[in-house]
Amino acid sequence: MGQRSQYCTFWVDGLFFGVGVSAVQEVLRYQPLTVVPSAPEAIQGLINLRGQIVTAVDLRCRIGLPPRAEGDLPMNVIVRSRGEVVSLLVDDIGDVITAQDPDGVELELEAVPANVPSVVQDVVTGVLALPDAVLLVLDADRAADVSVVPEPTGGTS
Amino acid sequence: MDDDAEIIAEFLVESHENLDQLDRDLVELERRPGSRELLSSIFRTIHTIKGTSGFLAFNRLEALTHVGENLLSKLRDGELEMTGPVTEPLLSMVDTVRALLGSVEATGTDTAADVDVDAVVAALRAVLEGGAAVWEEPTDVAGITEPATTPEVDSPEAEVTDLKLVGDEGPSRLLGEIMIERGVVTDAEIAEALAEQKASAEDEGEHRRGVVDSSVRVDVELLDSLVQLVGELVLTRNQVMQRTESVDDIELVRAAQRLDLVASELQEGIMKTRMQPIGQVWSKMPRIVRDLAVQLGREVNLEMEGHETELDRSLLEALKGPLTHLVRNALDHGIEQPADRVAAGKTATGRLLLRSFHESGQVVVEISDDGKGIDPDQIARVAIERGVITRDQAARMETREIVNLIFRPGFSTATEVTNVSGRGVGMDVVRTNIERIGGTVDMQSQVGIGTTCRVRIPLTLAIIPALVVGEGEETYAIPQANLVELVRLEADDLAGSVEELAGAPVLRLRGHLLPLVSMAEVLGRERPAFESLTIVVVQADDLRFGICVDEVHDTQEIVVKPIGRQLKALPTYAGATIMGDGRVALILDVPGIAHAHAVAQNVAQNPRSDAAKATGEAASTALLVLEVGGGRRATLPLREVSRLEEFSVDRIEHSGSAEAVQYRDGILPLVRLAPAIGLVESVRDDDQVSVVVHESGARRIGIVIDRVLDVFDVTVVCSDVGRRAGVLGSAVIGDRVTDLVDLDAVVALSGAGA
Repeated sequence: MGQRSQYCTFWVDGLFFGVGVSAVQEVLRYQPLTVVPSAPEAIQGLINLRGQIVTAVDLRCRIGLPPRAEGDLPMNVIVRSRGEVVSLLVDDIGDVITAQDPDGVELELEAVPANVPSVVQDVVTGVLALPDAVLLVLDADRAADVSVVPEPTGGTS
Repeated sequence: MDDDAEIIAEFLVESHENLDQLDRDLVELERRPGSRELLSSIFRTIHTIKGTSGFLAFNRLEALTHVGENLLSKLRDGELEMTGPVTEPLLSMVDTVRALLGSVEATGTDTAADVDVDAVVAALRAVLEGGAAVWEEPTDVAGITEPATTPEVDSPEAEVTDLKLVGDEGPSRLLGEIMIERGVVTDAEIAEALAEQKASAEDEGEHRRGVVDSSVRVDVELLDSLVQLVGELVLTRNQVMQRTESVDDIELVRAAQRLDLVASELQEGIMKTRMQPIGQVWSKMPRIVRDLAVQLGREVNLEMEGHETELDRSLLEALKGPLTHLVRNALDHGIEQPADRVAAGKTATGRLLLRSFHESGQVVVEISDDGKGIDPDQIARVAIERGVITRDQAARMETREIVNLIFRPGFSTATEVTNVSGRGVGMDVVRTNIERIGGTVDMQSQVGIGTTCRVRIPLTLAIIPALVVGEGEETYAIPQANLVELVRLEADDLAGSVEELAGAPVLRLRGHLLPLVSMAEVLGRERPAFESLTIVVVQADDLRFGICVDEVHDTQEIVVKPIGRQLKALPTYAGATIMGDGRVALILDVPGIAHAHAVAQNVAQNPRSDAAKATGEAASTALLVLEVGGGRRATLPLREVSRLEEFSVDRIEHSGSAEAVQYRDGILPLVRLAPAIGLVESVRDDDQVSVVVHESGARRIGIVIDRVLDVFDVTVVCSDVGRRAGVLGSAVIGDRVTDLVDLDAVVALSGAGA
């Protein structure tokens, strides 16, 4: 049993996502954010995680979904990515699930359906067709990669 | 096997330390030839290396140090005298030992073919057997130009054969035998010496026990992590202190105060463990100075003060290069040939003084010589010739400012390029490197009397003092190192002292114009209307400007923490820190801001309006307008453009770090315009590059741009806005602000002019 892949799950705008548990450091409720002016839009800010400064990436913005309703506070899924610690801001946290059907047979990771928008495909490695839901398996590294658009600095134009 | 590797690593660390000491001792010995104390110390060092290398079966190293040790023991016992001809082979030996250790480090064996041990052994033997006079000054001592790398001994081939003839005992014979044969030593002495050698493996290190006992070697990583933990503690302390301010619990307040005290002391203590005396860098100087003096035909007396001045080890490491460069410069450009010195009424021997001390929380290092000094007139002349400044500016500049022009890129007044200096890349690199670690460098000189170069660096980088400012609800930290002063302007003064030049606000501050940027602009927002102003005057490179902030909180010790990869490319921030209330605050990167916002350079120091007018009043000119750096506009006079070309990216070839294409049976060096004029190169995925070919006389360069926009025939009214390296200023061309490219500066970058 223990060998089966396990996923930490969460919801973003009704989509059901999962990240391999080995990539997740911890899950936190809302943390105060320090905004970073002129940073890419998906960077919601910086949080103080026990003295470590962690960049918070809003998954909604990262995959082109509409922003959270005012007053809804995001949760933090803290993942380890490329040697750094990054917080993925999500709507709600789900359970840790094991990739198997009710009979205990392991589920195979399937390719992302082709009609899923490419911004989503970009950060997802595959899907798991669970009995009651479809889990989008997130690639934490890709999701945390937010490049800085070469800024038109000085902005005279 | 692992054990072996560990022993070897230990051996290498120890030996390298010992060799530095050795270099110093040998040079010192030349001055005080009689000193038994120095000789004993040198002897012990070589003896230790020999013992361990024998134990670890590094046979070549052992053979070399063995002969060296014999020579040293003779010197120690007064059988030979320490003279120049004796020093040379000893120094060569030290170099060769170093080279062998390098090869041990790289390959695990000392059998590197490129290290010529036999020649040095022969030379040592020659001296040992009274053939001292045979050794001639090597004409070419490699390793002088780059002492940072492992020096290799490069004795001319012919000389080596000569030496071999003299010392033709052949390496196969035992040295002891030879010595006995020549009646130098007796059988018994040899036996004793051999016994001592055998025992050396065991008693290795015994002589230094005294020193070793009082200290421990600590892994640098452990130290770094301790520093980090202390940083956390300091932050937590700040938080606790803030919370207890409003608490009545007297016991808690007391405990908090104790915590405050202990944390401060702990911080100081831990920082101290990372401190190393500057003497570590200086220990290499006597050798460098000596070798250079020989090479350049100078006579120099090196004096050093303040060996024990300590600074953070990472800073020490970064300081090595610049200091070495400055010392070389002092010898090459400062101190004159002995004959010239005498003619000028000075002593034939020049004086080079290295001094270091602590001053107001910083480390100051001074390099002074009593040489010919820097002639400001000459500097000004060269600067005008190279287009670094205009004649008008030169006339306005103070002597000290002119002298400091030598730190501008591409500046060298050496009449000829020597092995040592004069390539014109040196001083600006020195300054860049020093500024990178938050330091400053300043040159003062009096013609005929000497030059003093003063380097100031912070003690440490991990915890820095910073000014905390507020912008709306947000807090930002500005490193104190960049801070010059704070200016407060009330609404009444505002109108009189802040003016707008082509939309750019400037402040009249004590007769100079200070460019202003508002905090909102820095953060990429709209500039608000100024009502009353608090201006933080900051300095980056030689550029001074004011940042207008809402509020100034206070100064604090902050712990610099890195920010994530997503934000590294932003020029605005140097890092982040955690404030007393637990919130994250961003640390502003002042040089980055200066670059990003292209604050009109030098307006603060040297008003250039006259110069601008001079260029601005030119009659109507045909201008080629280009797009560069992803949407920015720049322009070149059309007459300077000989062709426009498109090259396939595949055709770009590299030579060193330079890019070039084969073009019309020749090589066309390429310069990327965006970085040359301080913009960020745009990321493009086409497989073609657009190139403007510029020809002047025989030299030809290709300037890589994004694309050509248009040609305008206009009268240029040049303004200072955007003036920076590679850009003369800007002008409105085709209704858009366009950078005027300083073609000469761009050409100079390509190296095509050299």
